[in-house]
Amino acid sequence: MVESLRFRDDTPPDEPAVTLDSFLDQSNASAVRIEPGEDVRSLLPLIERLRLVEVDFPTFRDGRGYSAARILREAGYTGELRATGDVLVDQLPHMRRVGFDSFHPRTPLDGAAVERALGRYDYVYQAAADSRPPVWKLRHG
Amino acid sequence: MYRYDEYDQQIVDTRVEEFRDQVNRRLAGEMTEDQFKPLRLMNGLYLQLHAYMLRVAVPYGVLSSRQMRMLAHVARKYDKGYGHFTTRQNIQYNWIKLADAPDILAELATVQMHAIQTSGNCIRNISSDQYAGAAADEVGDPRPYAELLRQWSTFHPEFTYLPRKFKIAVIGSEDDRAAIQLHDIGLQLRRNEEGTLGFRVYVGGGMGRTPMIAPVIRDFVPVEDYVSYLEACLRVYNRYGRRDNIYKARIKILVHEIGADEYRRQVEEEFLHVKQLGIDPPAAELERIAGFFADPAFEDGLADDVALDDPEFAAWVDQNTHAHKKPGYIIVNISLKPVDGIPGDASAEQIDIVADLAERYSFDEVRVTHAQNLVLPHVKKADLKTLWQQLKAAGLASANLDLVTDIIACPGLDYCSLANARSIPLAQDITRRFADPARQKDLGELKIKISGCINACGHHHAGHIGILGVDRKGEENYQLLLGGSGAEDASLAKIIGPGFTETGVVDALEKAIETYRTLRTPGERFLDTYRRVGIQPFKEAVYG
Amino acid sequence: MGGGCGSFRGACVKILTGNDLKTGDVIWWTGNGWSRHVAEAVDVGEHGEAIAAAEEGARRVNVPYVISAEQGPDGPRPAHIKDRIRALGPTVRPDLSIRPADPNAGNWVI
Repeated sequence: MVESLRFRDDTPPDEPAVTLDSFLDQSNASAVRIEPGEDVRSLLPLIERLRLVEVDFPTFRDGRGYSAARILREAGYTGELRATGDVLVDQLPHMRRVGFDSFHPRTPLDGAAVERALGRYDYVYQAAADSRPPVWKLRHG
Repeated sequence: MYRYDEYDQQIVDTRVEEFRDQVNRRLAGEMTEDQFKPLRLMNGLYLQLHAYMLRVAVPYGVLSSRQMRMLAHVARKYDKGYGHFTTRQNIQYNWIKLADAPDILAELATVQMHAIQTSGNCIRNISSDQYAGAAADEVGDPRPYAELLRQWSTFHPEFTYLPRKFKIAVIGSEDDRAAIQLHDIGLQLRRNEEGTLGFRVYVGGGMGRTPMIAPVIRDFVPVEDYVSYLEACLRVYNRYGRRDNIYKARIKILVHEIGADEYRRQVEEEFLHVKQLGIDPPAAELERIAGFFADPAFEDGLADDVALDDPEFAAWVDQNTHAHKKPGYIIVNISLKPVDGIPGDASAEQIDIVADLAERYSFDEVRVTHAQNLVLPHVKKADLKTLWQQLKAAGLASANLDLVTDIIACPGLDYCSLANARSIPLAQDITRRFADPARQKDLGELKIKISGCINACGHHHAGHIGILGVDRKGEENYQLLLGGSGAEDASLAKIIGPGFTETGVVDALEKAIETYRTLRTPGERFLDTYRRVGIQPFKEAVYG
Repeated sequence: MGGGCGSFRGACVKILTGNDLKTGDVIWWTGNGWSRHVAEAVDVGEHGEAIAAAEEGARRVNVPYVISAEQGPDGPRPAHIKDRIRALGPTVRPDLSIRPADPNAGNWVI
């Protein structure tokens, strides 16, 4: 069973993630934790400081974190983007596509199931925050 | 019609295997029902009153005869010999076993069909005009745009866990045959003053507990921008739609609560940003898709008149056919509303017959309408008589399109675990009472829509006469509403007064209809008379 | 409260129902297993929730719940019409009912 997943080569940041309010107050924090209702765009002016953004999913049905992640990547954030909480194997592919590159699920995941899920789809229809070309690009170059 | 390439086919085939894996994990106990439910819903599989129910997607309502035959096969092999066509142009099977669902999806995939996103809090089947590509009043065929949206919305990674379901409709004419103003997003293809092609965008319509007519959010979005624009609309909804109350979670509530102006402002801001990301497919992709929707090989110089000496045939031609853009051709409506029948149901045999007729007489194409009927879009007038005779032999020639017996009814408490009351027996009662063809013709266009609960899958808010089934102290009770319309003159039906028993509501309905007959001026439909005289005369007639 | 639970004046009971996980069939707890026939359903008294939890955990039933019913000469009659329709089948397709040959089935539901 897998307790956490990470798809980055660099050293994991060791600073604990602070709340959004704390982060916006403190000048030296580099890790922040976003709750579903919080506006991730408030981080954009401070994006240079950020090494880790944790986005929490209290329940997997609350999809706000997917927009939060993609907005950060669109703004040029290249640090670690971590999904925490109610993360199941079935959500991993979409989470990777919107820019998450690490995962701390509440319940450990089956490693074999993770590999199957992430390798399952050869093609995707739409452009997202990852580098996978949408099918229309494959069709027309 | 659209044909999958290797990419489309791979995606659907992979989805089948993914779902098979999920079903196996559920059956082996590796997933609870709570974890499995959203996943099976995203494959259109409900747990309903009697068994699992599978909702198969019919993208923008278009089917080939080969696909129709597969639908008949599924009904025979995996269900109890029939299917139900829905108010979103899809088909439902009521007696499915979970263990069979992956095999069913695998068989459907062999004819380029699926059940992807026909349920769940995601973007659902894109619906459209059942006369697309055939009617003369189109600015352009909406179906290529609907197909592009189907692909864009399939497994969209950002919009798979929305606050609630999301329904999009696309039309290509001023006449609205797809009720776009009652959708979460409605798109109307049009040209601006410069002649550029684009869409008028409506956002925030819907029925259910709090029906609303969508405001126009953008009067014109050029075709090359419409995918980015929709991304912006969806992102604002995903971020700010309510998630605290399932009855307040649709986008119509968000648009209503923050106001259309504020919603528009937020979308425009997001759109400016999204537009730069390069997510819009190139024009070449739309052209590629549009190529599949080119006109079939129509013949020129065909006879443009029809011999109407048979009065029964003439009545059917008069009621159930619609003008085609090509001389010599005609659009045929197949009624799935025989008197005393179950609205929208078709047996496997009937589905096979329609498949044969489509192949022989309609360039292999069938449409499903949101009124739960079928359409053969491209029939030669010269073939009309023989087609009608074959429809008649199959019980598919009721000459009642848009008449009082052409009732839209949800499955209701006979099938649906959400329902409060039965809707089908009520529809049957009404059709029996109004069965006389002369009486139907006299009453003219009269759209009755019945929902078995507040979720409004029967679209009762949009009925000229709407009926809502409720639970009143454990008993089935029915409310009568008047004056709704899902067409371009959209309006929401108004409740007339306290509810009735089942027999009571049919009596009340009959009184309302008699009131119309008494007050109407020549040429007025029920809806027109109601709009002219108001609800008062009807109230008095019904409640005395 | 008077003499009885519903229109047939039988004793009020609690019965347990759900769906078969694999087939989706409507099933009723008989005391030592699950049956498709509501006539075999037993009164679970106060133990319904506990039985439901155990059976669901073992995957012998999906989404079980306790309902009120009225004990009659032919077995329990669910108090709510929705569960009577579940027990028998859609009222508009008597040929698909679990007792298609029974002419009184319709009256029992409605």
